[in-house]
Amino acid sequence: MRTVFKTSYDADINLFKHSAQRNWYILLLAFALALPFLISSFAIGEATNLLIWAIACMGLMILVGQTGQASLGHAAFLAVGCYANVLLQERLGLPFILSFPLAGLIAGVAGALIAMPMTKLHGVYLAIGTIAIAILTDDFIVIATPLTNGVMGLFAPDISIFGYGFNRYGNPVGLYYLILGITLLVVLGYRNLQRSPLGRSFAAIRDSEISAQAMGVNVARTKAVAFGISAGVTGLAGALMGHFAGIFNNETFNIILSIQLLLAIVIGGLGTIHGAFFGAAVIALLPQTIAMGRDFLNKFMASGSIAIPGLEAAIFGGILIAFILFEPQGIYGRWFKIRTWFELFPFYRRDMFRRQKSYLKTERMR
Amino acid sequence: MSLLELENVTLRFGGVTAVNKVSFNVEEGEVFALVGPNGAGKSTIFNLISRIYNPVEGDIRFDGKSILQTPPHQIARLGIARTFQNIELFEQATVMQNLLVGRHRHRQSNMWTELGFTPFVRAEERRHREAIEKVIDFLDLQAYRDKYIAGLPYGVRKVVEMGRALAIEPRLLLLDEPASGLSVEETQDVAFWVEDIKKQMGVTVLMVEHDMHLVSAVSDRVLALADGKMLSLGTPHEVQNDPKVIEAYIGVADEHQEVLA
Repeated sequence: MRTVFKTSYDADINLFKHSAQRNWYILLLAFALALPFLISSFAIGEATNLLIWAIACMGLMILVGQTGQASLGHAAFLAVGCYANVLLQERLGLPFILSFPLAGLIAGVAGALIAMPMTKLHGVYLAIGTIAIAILTDDFIVIATPLTNGVMGLFAPDISIFGYGFNRYGNPVGLYYLILGITLLVVLGYRNLQRSPLGRSFAAIRDSEISAQAMGVNVARTKAVAFGISAGVTGLAGALMGHFAGIFNNETFNIILSIQLLLAIVIGGLGTIHGAFFGAAVIALLPQTIAMGRDFLNKFMASGSIAIPGLEAAIFGGILIAFILFEPQGIYGRWFKIRTWFELFPFYRRDMFRRQKSYLKTERMR
Repeated sequence: MSLLELENVTLRFGGVTAVNKVSFNVEEGEVFALVGPNGAGKSTIFNLISRIYNPVEGDIRFDGKSILQTPPHQIARLGIARTFQNIELFEQATVMQNLLVGRHRHRQSNMWTELGFTPFVRAEERRHREAIEKVIDFLDLQAYRDKYIAGLPYGVRKVVEMGRALAIEPRLLLLDEPASGLSVEETQDVAFWVEDIKKQMGVTVLMVEHDMHLVSAVSDRVLALADGKMLSLGTPHEVQNDPKVIEAYIGVADEHQEVLA
């Protein structure tokens, strides 16, 4: 186990707790940079998809994990970001480098505006309210057919930055590096948020609204800001999803996507950046894993192909139930326990992470 | 001019008058205690001052200005900090992060500078750290600095909550039963701290407390309440010997008699 001697306040403010931690992340970054040389171009596409999902998961994590507000409407912000990005490029002729951040900003403002009435609701009511947003977005896209081309959908142009093109099929490595860069920026922003007053006020609202208010936190405003930042990041992911998919319409961003996002961050581990990545990995790689498993089984089955409708959803649901029952803190929680086991070996106790029951809220001792 | 003035404050919940025409002044630099049996309206008065409830009648003035138009989150900005009877800490955060939330009133940075974590934000963070480090030293919380609240014993939580209120750097500190559930030694610590908060930090303290030893040890003046009405106001000695107070306690709740004696 490592003991860190802190010699200045900066030790707590810095991005990394100690140099060994920093080195591990540098190693991880090096691995991410080297990845295109290690795997096939199909797998690079999958890795790119994973990173886009990770950005979307981080977006939702800010709201659900950090601020404690449930949302089942985040597919709406994916849609806003995606449509805004493509329309800004096609209608106004803006380059990607402008349309992309603007798309995030538009989604963010939309999120903050929707939050103002929405965050008066709590818990399950908030979840139901946000479902309404997701459903309405689908209809709005159809109503606004002159702009959005409705059910016919839109084609996303290739990403072009200063004449350098990024295409999923033509230049998968370039697209991977571009999205890796954007992911790193989002992670940095998220970390900065966590170590600054705004992020702390998010956590304060999650744990106790009444005392956050007593500490001078404007609860309604801070919730709206959390919604805005969350929707903005999700919008960025939506814009990238549009480019990655190439074509999209009103049904691309349906309610199922919202649910998948929420499940991903629960499975990954609520409240942590790691959790967003683990959850994204599960959600982005699961369909491929199932497909590969199906092919594998087909080799032994005489009948040819196995087609079980809803298999993916069933497996996903099973994984979710297993996590809620056996590891509510998600994949990150499990990883943290394993790490602690090695760090403390042989002194790890089984009950180390067992939540202590809340103390009796008695008024006084008799 | 008094620091805090309550004038004929009345609050009703349906047919129940929780606070009935209560008037008192808290002077700058004193420790003022509210005592009374359960349901006397002590915590309700705290919630009125923190603007969680609106009085139906009367006025509350802080530093000469009415606070009845001030939204609840601005109360901390005025310099009024409070603790809660049932501990309302941020459970999934460390002691240090809890104290840092107390510094929210002093936040100078905005969303954009914080997302970029500019040198200004870092300088601010250092300043906040320095301020809470003083609180940590004052309350002897060094051992718990990086511990999560969820794993801390009750007594320590109580102290952390007081620390979080002090991190606000208030002019008026509202302590809601600071010694409830604490051992005799811990209660003595609280008595010393309240003394020091008043003398060293120059903070005015308004507290609700049942432990009459603590009340008589630290408070300058005491207001006894029963059924939302004022019974007696004076020095701890005067109030304890007021026949009306003794009657209220004996008549209403036996268990407090032994504490009083």
